[in-house]
Amino acid sequence: MVETIQNLALGFSVALSPPVLLYAFVGCVVGTLVGVLPGVGPLAGISLLLPATFGLNATNAIVMLAGIYYGAMYGGSTTSILMRIPGEAASVMTCIDGYAMARKGRAGAALAIAAVGSYVAGTVSVVALMFLAPPLAAFALRFGPPEYFALLLLGLLVLAYMSGGSMPKALSMAAFGLLLGMVGIDQMTGYFRYAYGVVELGDGIGVVPVAVGLFGIAEILTSAGQVTPPPVIKPKLRELLPSRQEWRDSAMPTARGTVLGFLIGIIPGSAHIISSFVSYAVERKLSKKPEEFGHGAVAGVAGPESANNSATSGAFVPMLALGVPSGPIPAVMLAAMMVHGVSPGPMLINEQPQLFWGFIASMYVGNIVLLILNLPMVGLFVNVLRVPYPLLYPVILAFSVLGVYAVNSSVVDVWIMLVMGGVGYLLRKLQFETAPVVLGVVLAPMLEMALRQSLAMSDGSYAIFLSRPIATTLLAVGALLMLLALRPLVTKTFDWRARLALAEKGDL
Amino acid sequence: MTIDRVGGGALVLLALFVLFESRKLPYGNVQNPGPAYVPTLLAMLLLGFAAVVIVTGRGSAGVAAAGWGEWRHAVAILGCCAFMALALERVGYRLTMAASLLFLLGVVERRRLVTAVAFAVGFSGLSFYVFSTLLRVPLPRGAWGL
Repeated sequence: MVETIQNLALGFSVALSPPVLLYAFVGCVVGTLVGVLPGVGPLAGISLLLPATFGLNATNAIVMLAGIYYGAMYGGSTTSILMRIPGEAASVMTCIDGYAMARKGRAGAALAIAAVGSYVAGTVSVVALMFLAPPLAAFALRFGPPEYFALLLLGLLVLAYMSGGSMPKALSMAAFGLLLGMVGIDQMTGYFRYAYGVVELGDGIGVVPVAVGLFGIAEILTSAGQVTPPPVIKPKLRELLPSRQEWRDSAMPTARGTVLGFLIGIIPGSAHIISSFVSYAVERKLSKKPEEFGHGAVAGVAGPESANNSATSGAFVPMLALGVPSGPIPAVMLAAMMVHGVSPGPMLINEQPQLFWGFIASMYVGNIVLLILNLPMVGLFVNVLRVPYPLLYPVILAFSVLGVYAVNSSVVDVWIMLVMGGVGYLLRKLQFETAPVVLGVVLAPMLEMALRQSLAMSDGSYAIFLSRPIATTLLAVGALLMLLALRPLVTKTFDWRARLALAEKGDL
Repeated sequence: MTIDRVGGGALVLLALFVLFESRKLPYGNVQNPGPAYVPTLLAMLLLGFAAVVIVTGRGSAGVAAAGWGEWRHAVAILGCCAFMALALERVGYRLTMAASLLFLLGVVERRRLVTAVAFAVGFSGLSFYVFSTLLRVPLPRGAWGL
């Protein structure tokens, strides 16, 4: 405890230095903009801004990119409440009651509840991250290749399970992503695989062009042809204060959303999206007036908004402590850290305490900045929504090309982005989840190395995965998830994953 | 034809292609897996999942029902992206961006020519200044130093 507080003091000495403060602020502003703009999610935002961090030191870069991630969670609620358009996927559930509150003249109160809930959740979950990451990292030092293989496999299975909709489709996307990750030089033998003479593919297919293509370009292609944005409800500053009753109604949902979001955040999957859905369902179930949900229930705003913010901190736990990303956004963050010569994992906390604790402390500061940005300055961000989409998407497209090119100064990356954009467009039309593809690309080299090392250790016996307790437990959890996914096929009923898929499509 | 069957069919073809291409690489054995070992394993898994998607995909929505109204826009945007990839290092960042934005705004979105030109030139110049000059991101200048 005392050691943690001492470490946190070290972190604040880093986070409160003017350059780190500046980059945390820039990250929060960009993140809020990314969250506000429909079609530009945090994944595309982080990928696009990655090249702009090349000139910065590792701490400044990571602090800024993390600011974009949790800033987007704050910003996403604005469009949901004022326009009934989720700025990013985690705000889908806020659309329902947030917009209903806005139509009743309580737009300001809904924004304030969302912002304060996000602040509380963001701050509390950073405390949990601070206490959980170091012991988890210490535990991970016991991991050998079989344990890492089982952990990575479990990560993919959980992501597939957590994705709404068909499990076979999600698993096929994970396999597709892993196959993409096989392109390039084989780490153990030096063979060129599936590169067809393209030298640039020797290093493999990068996660940034894949992520920007599948999420950014595919979104532009799907939304092309949209003419004018829908009308925006603009709240006045004096309307921002919720009533006493509204504060009271939001207190418990915020607390529950914080705990739920953090726990879901640790589990692999698109945590920020899933957590908001689960929180909404929990609040509706626990409410004494469930009939109010859908008609402006305060809990329907406070719960999901707290949960999606808390999930962002939770998602950093496995990334920082184990070096294993739990979803596509932490995967891009992991790639960004590697670009800056930082290797997340069990050794990070001991070897680079300034970076780790500076990052943690910057999240406290960032949450305060975001509270300030998202309440008094909400009108400023709302104006961005008035830009017609035909003017907006060419700019996003130009930034996508710029960002992807700049990572390696490689036109091949731009071609990969272009191809993945087309593939992502078709996958969306065919209702395939694209998040497992991104995670597959990142995990493929680690997974392959762990499997081959494990087999070499056991002289070719797969029984090694069943003879080590940690690996066996992890694989057993994965097998259990597969069985759970089969249950709706047997019982012919909708489980929560099917309902999530419907909610994301707007059918619920 | 349903979306699941089309998607599953495409994945089956991809898996078969990977299996075919993996023949060129050493497979190794289970004690000492070669570079083709894991890709072959993955391609077989993909084949299996895709087969399940096809088999269970009878009741999914039809391909036509997916709504392809924006396909012309999508093709134009992808074409513009391809132009950017081809031109970026040859003619430089600023000229490529200006020409691409002009095409998207003037031709695809049918905005007024003055607006399109001003926007295209302004954005390409300003973004070059911010990223290349201020943030020192190396951007290509092309054969003419632009």
